[in-house]
Amino acid sequence: MSATGYAEGLAAPATGAHSAVRVDAYVEAPIRAFAIATVFWGVVGFLVGVVIASQLAWPLLNLDLEWTTFGRLRPVHTSAVIFAFGGNALLCTSLYVVQRTCRARLFGGDAMGWFLFWGYQFVIVAAALGYVLGVTQGKEYAEPEWYVDLWLTVVWVHYLVAFGGTIIRREEPHIYVANWFYLAFIITVAMLHIGNNLALPITMGHSKSYGLASGVQDAMIQWWYGHNAVGFFLTAGFLGMMYYFIPKQAERPVYSYRLSIVHFWSLIFLYIWAGPHHLHYTALPDWAQTLGMVFSIMLWMPSWGGMINGVMTLSGAWDKLRTNPALRFSVTAVGFYGMSTFEGPVMSIKAVNALSHYTDWTIGHVHSGAMGWVGFVTFGALYWLFPRLWNKQRIYSEKLISWHFWIATLGIVLYITAMWVSGILQGLMWRAYDENGFLQYSFIETVAAMHPYYVIRVMGGLLYLTGALIMVYNLWMTVTRGESEEAVAAPAPASAVSAAAA
Amino acid sequence: MPTKIEKDALTGTDTTGHEWDGLKELNTPLPKWWLYVMYATIAFSLVWVILYPAFPIRGATGVTGWIAREAVMQDVAAANERMAPMLNRIREATPQQIAADPDLRAFAMAGGRIAFANNCAGCHGAGGQGAQGGFPSLADDDWIWGGSYDAILQTIRHGIRAGESDEERTSMMPRFVADGVLTVPQVNDVAAYVASLGGSTDDAAAVERGKPLYADNCASCHGENAEGNRDVGAPRLNDRIWLHGGDRHAIARFIANPRMGVMPAWGGRLDPATMNMLAVYVHALGGGEN
Repeated sequence: MSATGYAEGLAAPATGAHSAVRVDAYVEAPIRAFAIATVFWGVVGFLVGVVIASQLAWPLLNLDLEWTTFGRLRPVHTSAVIFAFGGNALLCTSLYVVQRTCRARLFGGDAMGWFLFWGYQFVIVAAALGYVLGVTQGKEYAEPEWYVDLWLTVVWVHYLVAFGGTIIRREEPHIYVANWFYLAFIITVAMLHIGNNLALPITMGHSKSYGLASGVQDAMIQWWYGHNAVGFFLTAGFLGMMYYFIPKQAERPVYSYRLSIVHFWSLIFLYIWAGPHHLHYTALPDWAQTLGMVFSIMLWMPSWGGMINGVMTLSGAWDKLRTNPALRFSVTAVGFYGMSTFEGPVMSIKAVNALSHYTDWTIGHVHSGAMGWVGFVTFGALYWLFPRLWNKQRIYSEKLISWHFWIATLGIVLYITAMWVSGILQGLMWRAYDENGFLQYSFIETVAAMHPYYVIRVMGGLLYLTGALIMVYNLWMTVTRGESEEAVAAPAPASAVSAAAA
Repeated sequence: MPTKIEKDALTGTDTTGHEWDGLKELNTPLPKWWLYVMYATIAFSLVWVILYPAFPIRGATGVTGWIAREAVMQDVAAANERMAPMLNRIREATPQQIAADPDLRAFAMAGGRIAFANNCAGCHGAGGQGAQGGFPSLADDDWIWGGSYDAILQTIRHGIRAGESDEERTSMMPRFVADGVLTVPQVNDVAAYVASLGGSTDDAAAVERGKPLYADNCASCHGENAEGNRDVGAPRLNDRIWLHGGDRHAIARFIANPRMGVMPAWGGRLDPATMNMLAVYVHALGGGEN
């Protein structure tokens, strides 16, 4: 192999991170498109989130129109942030990372990249249009009807082929840890998506379908899917992102290779069994509930293995947190990841779940993971990627990154503390009895008690959205106003190197 | 590719010797505390699996013998047993008897409050204050079907125009314009007269023209002096309490094409003790009659 850029010691020189970027042999244009789509859908998803949070605080905002009611906009929000924002971020970074860590051009080239891009955006738009018009399977996080599911399957199989093909063509002897996580995410999501969407359409000309499973079996399959959408889409995929961008930003080696092996396999093995904890105290048989709970508890340390590896990679580079606000996003993300992967096992304990289930506590839990972990690790990656993808020397304004960071952090804190308080209050009000044995509160009284917290949540969401808009401005200025990076010699795929040598 | 194991200067730990795009890995051993906590969670899980049902085999309940369905049945049974003595007395008694006994009355007011909040407040309001558009206030003494204990209980049990029982409250005001009984100008005049009974007289001529029309068309149900008639559920019209708005236009619209409200029959939904408690509670909201 060419040793250019590889002879550097462990502490890369200041320009080292930039020097390995400009390589024409890698597929880049579709990745730039994915980066833009990530930002775009992020803003859309956060905005719809603020709208539906406002609807919960002030029901008048449902506008008495079927298309704008909470019931239809809520899946628009969840799909926009998970699958549109998160999905584009994963496609963007995985295709960027796999080429560089394998030193191989994307399998299928630019054509594959563009097919994945437009194919995936079509899924998003078709799904969202369906939600607003009332076309839904009614399965949480799997709302799209059969025709969208089929098309997503086509796109996803291409994704697997492109990613796997690139790994097979790699010029490195080993597969980097980020790619293990990305690959686990791609394979498992394919399995979950197909398993949970086995359905028969009424006719081929009708959007409505009926699932093959029914009753508690259907519920179990749904939460096997739903929990692993969290486990593999929002956890494994974003751990892949973390394993590339944190060491890159910190310019330090990954803390422990051994820990990454053990926590990878234990995470992959345990996550898939934890779904039944979503169905505590339901018609699901007791034995399945017990297993869902104990697998969730055993999942605690495997989850924290990723946190340790992320945070400890900074040992020796903590000072960078002061000077590199983008790294602050990535590391805070890992902190939120650790927090919510501790909260999750706690909430899976049946006695805790008896209080927390169906309350806003669950919503707070999901959002500390989604806003804190998924959102922040993505922002950190975007601030790192944009100058490199557009060949600029640096981000337009580090100061604006700091503003984004503090505003968004404050937003998350407001959001999750409001939901903790309201969730626990709600759970306690539901189970309160007076001295005669009658319920202390009617349902509507518990709803009324939530109002102040719902208002605080709206403010938290608004802050988070504001931070994202600051990011949009900063990235826009970086791309349009930033000074271009000089072209530098860099390690390239072997094919490009040998071509140059010839 | 030959691997090149190096020593990281900062931590003194060896790398694994691999490198990808400039990224390397340290060969740091697993943190001990991490490993031991993981073992502890596994041990906890094994114990839990022995204690609680964890196998898809009939009868495999675990050492504790705990079954979720039995646990909830026991809780419900314990709660029922605790409340049974009072509930049984309330079920056998009439609302009058309950109201006369301080213990029973206190219990019935607590039970009636939550039953009202969960079943009635959706239409009649949290304090029974009612709402415009056909949801009568239960906190005043302006009763449409009667405010005695028995009348309230009958309304709760059989409902109004619910179509479930012969003993339900039912009546039907004619659609005076739609059915061709009165012309639109006549209805406007009657409305002006009815509005004047509550004190709003902005069109004296219309009020004069409306008076005989009222006597011919309305008085048979609503009374000569518009005092209402509870036997047929015809509301009193000579006060300022209105179900569908009290201005002349709202009254005219209603006369032209009345909307007859429906209240569900709760007899099939609530047990007799709960209905007794509701009767006592509603009677005490402010307008109960003897």
